[in-house]
Amino acid sequence: AALKDALRSQVSAALKEGRVTPTELCQRCLALIKSTKFLNAYITVTEETALKQAEESEERYKRGQPLGILDGIPIAVKDNFNTAGIETTCASNMLKGYISPYNATVVQKLLDQGAVLLGKTNLDEFAMGSGSTDGVFGPVRNPWSYSKQYKEKSIPKSHSEDKEPDWVISGGSSGGSAAAVSSFTCFAALGSDTGGSTRNPAAHCGVVGLKPTYGLISRHGLIPLVNSMDVPGILTRCVDDAAVLLGSLAGHDPKDSTTIQDDFKPFELPNLTDVSKLSIGIPKEYHAPGLSSEILAFWSKAADLFKNAGAKVVEVSLPHTRYSIVCYHVLCTAEVASNMARFDGLEYGHRSDVKDSTESMYAATRREGFNDVVRGRILSGNYFLLKQNYEKYFVKAQKVRRLIASDFGKVFRSGVDILLTPTTLSDAAPYTEFIQEDNRTRSAQDDILTQAANMAGLPAINVPTALSERGLPVGLQFIGRSFQEKQLLTVAKWFEKQVQFPVIQLEEVKRHDSGVFQQQKSASFS
Amino acid sequence: MAAVAAMAAAGCGGVWRQARQRFARWPGPGSRPFSRGHRAVVCNARGGAVSAGKSGLAPWIPVVGLEIHAQISSNSKLFSGSQVQFAAPPNSLVSFFDASLPGTLPVLNRRCVEAAVMTGLALNCHINKKSLFDRKHYFYADLPAGYQITQQRVPIAVNGSLSYSLCIDNKMSQMVTKTVRIKQIQLEQDSGKSLHDDTRSQTLVDLNRAGVGLMELVMEPDMCCGEEAAAAVRELQLILQTLGSSQAVMAEGQLRVDANVSVHHPGEPYGVRTEVKNINSIRFLAKAIDYEIQRQIQELGNGGTILNETRAFDSKLGCTIPMRDKEGKQDYRFMPEPNLPPLILYDAKSLPANMNHQQVINIDWIHERLPDLPSVKREKLVEQYGILPEHSFTLLVLAELWKGEGKTPLETVKEHKLELLQDLKELEQICQAVIDGQENEVLAIKAGNRKVLNKLIGLVQKKTQGRSNPVLVKQLLEKKLSE
Repeated sequence: AALKDALRSQVSAALKEGRVTPTELCQRCLALIKSTKFLNAYITVTEETALKQAEESEERYKRGQPLGILDGIPIAVKDNFNTAGIETTCASNMLKGYISPYNATVVQKLLDQGAVLLGKTNLDEFAMGSGSTDGVFGPVRNPWSYSKQYKEKSIPKSHSEDKEPDWVISGGSSGGSAAAVSSFTCFAALGSDTGGSTRNPAAHCGVVGLKPTYGLISRHGLIPLVNSMDVPGILTRCVDDAAVLLGSLAGHDPKDSTTIQDDFKPFELPNLTDVSKLSIGIPKEYHAPGLSSEILAFWSKAADLFKNAGAKVVEVSLPHTRYSIVCYHVLCTAEVASNMARFDGLEYGHRSDVKDSTESMYAATRREGFNDVVRGRILSGNYFLLKQNYEKYFVKAQKVRRLIASDFGKVFRSGVDILLTPTTLSDAAPYTEFIQEDNRTRSAQDDILTQAANMAGLPAINVPTALSERGLPVGLQFIGRSFQEKQLLTVAKWFEKQVQFPVIQLEEVKRHDSGVFQQQKSASFS
Repeated sequence: MAAVAAMAAAGCGGVWRQARQRFARWPGPGSRPFSRGHRAVVCNARGGAVSAGKSGLAPWIPVVGLEIHAQISSNSKLFSGSQVQFAAPPNSLVSFFDASLPGTLPVLNRRCVEAAVMTGLALNCHINKKSLFDRKHYFYADLPAGYQITQQRVPIAVNGSLSYSLCIDNKMSQMVTKTVRIKQIQLEQDSGKSLHDDTRSQTLVDLNRAGVGLMELVMEPDMCCGEEAAAAVRELQLILQTLGSSQAVMAEGQLRVDANVSVHHPGEPYGVRTEVKNINSIRFLAKAIDYEIQRQIQELGNGGTILNETRAFDSKLGCTIPMRDKEGKQDYRFMPEPNLPPLILYDAKSLPANMNHQQVINIDWIHERLPDLPSVKREKLVEQYGILPEHSFTLLVLAELWKGEGKTPLETVKEHKLELLQDLKELEQICQAVIDGQENEVLAIKAGNRKVLNKLIGLVQKKTQGRSNPVLVKQLLEKKLSE
């Protein structure tokens, strides 16, 4: 079986039938991680424990008793999830060397089902950012920077094999997870999504990125950014695989009081053929300033695709969209200021050598432990939470948040089933260009299309759509009703089938893949 | 007594003694002669204390409110599963959540909510069917998360009242019932403990207590002196112990009381208040409050001002001293706790059909199962066994102390000779004996000084070891004296 194979449809079967063993799969992934080290997608690679887990899985397959579809499947986890006995850094000096004493619920669930944990992936420090460029372990490189498709389209700056100059960002903040999935080093990865941190890198790296409904998947063990908006995110190479992961992770967790009590029933996605009963909404406000003409064109083509297939496609309005950036800024920074208060160097993590007093130790620890982005947000957040500012900013922002959420409610009640929007404003920018602007500016620009779904707690998914002029992935986003993941993913799967997004052609993968290198036909989009 | 007063005077600038001297000269309406040795302030029958200012100036009305933290008696902490236990080895009862390890989340302890509901009901509060949790931020070594989870916006119970009884004088011959309003009861986390080791310039932190459930009870400023506050707190202790919602032992830190004290002239708005902390017993509570009242009166009397500050009670010196306040007023940057949904409680009416009491908390179900409160128990004792109301207080405390020893109240009463003297003849004889032994007093009474009768009543009480009904004694003495 090829590493490119879809989990559900191919690899699982291959494992069951013994055509490939969990150990082989694990070894190939580990080797590929090594040869794609320049991507900087992983912070920690847990080679020993992964091989051990693979061995155990193999035993189970031999006995004919695999734990389920995920048994023996190599996965990666963003480094802001707690993993017992394994370093969890959040790409920050504050937690360098911090060994988690417990597993996040989602990690435990994956391990309980026999998944093989390959390692912890890179991110923006404490998940703050939209490029995965601001972590202490350096930026993540988008694997597409080294793809045949991108190299063909880009003007060669030099003849050497120098990988430095033109590589593009992976998006963020779950860039490491997106890059890991995109470069075939794992079959699925966990990310997190607070303002678009799973969907954005998914779009840039050409993978499926699912943000589930808030309250569906447990946040216990996910080091929080914004407790009222964070969700664990799922990154896979196809929509079916996302449904598999969702099925294994969703459900009430008594350790997380914000998860819903209702039973969750895992589902298999039907192969939708008839979309005539579907109503697709196109929110006009998502034609945001800065949206590239290219993406606008893809968006328009996608709408036509649905219309031509018989679906009802209507323009809708989400009038408070334009307030979402400032609203998000206030609420996000306020919660950040609060959540980061625990990092004082006393109980765990980095502790400064400054010992003159407790206060000076706190101040030095936090100055040394946090980067500018984190410190900036803490200062902003504390400002908004001051007694004299609380009503003016925090409470006001809460009210605006409700308005943003009710925009969606109105649209869904009017008969629209799914919303179709772009995921990003453009394809991935070159790193040198991206860092011209600071983190806050970039986040404010890039989050506009994704953050409203977090404010409203709605499920949303990025589906890779086509390649841009530069040969880089472009994705489109579907937003669904609360807890209607099945409908959302069914539509996403249909769309995925229509567009036939091309497989990335990476030299490294070619070398590692013993299977037939399958050329997939590009859709009429590119 | 004098020695103590002198010490106190020396330590606190002589304020204590001066205040007492000033008070002794004030003849004000309804006040009683100041008896040397005890209180600096006496509350009159109308309930408001009237203390002296410089002669000729308007009187001062002291106003006392209390902020009480009662540790909830539960097996585990308010938001985590670690055990609650007094005097365990340091940092042996600390869960990941208690230590604020990143990624941990609070999970509300049902028993703590029930304890708060019971307490609210016992104190006649309105129980809020929807209450909210908030974060209160400040940096301190014993607060690992950098914030405390509390209920600032909407607490679990509001608008209650506590009735307590007070002896008008030292002789326990007249009891009066007072009421203090309960502003609210809120659930919140306790902090850990810091031990400052100044010799090594370090602080040792023990997180065993971090996260233990607390009920914060706010008593409105309806009290006027240390004695009232002490009586109110004693009654609260009994109630909490009867309910089992808190063991309320001050010495073990299960009950902590801070006092808010201010003074003002009648008809004027309330004065600036100070908060008095570091009070370790009910006795010190009364002392601290009375000292603070006098300090404020003297300060204002001298033309000074009262700062809205926090003061610590120094039990050795018997005075309050300002606490070090480095940063000025603290802004706690309150924010809703995003990891806890609103706390919803039900009653018989609002309970959804498909839920039973094990799935949710039903206020009415709890109400039906409340034990008899101390005031009810005392009434029953007086009714059934004919003992004096004052003795029912002692008895109840004894009963609480001897819980489980199997003695009935009647047995205990008889054992300690607490029952009323029923033999009228014996009482008459004792009255006669007292009259015979106090010639001067008898002459004074016959000359028109009725107040001296009280002294005779007191002597009879002494002879009967407090087992005589003062009203009856008065009647008997008056009868004999008019013969």
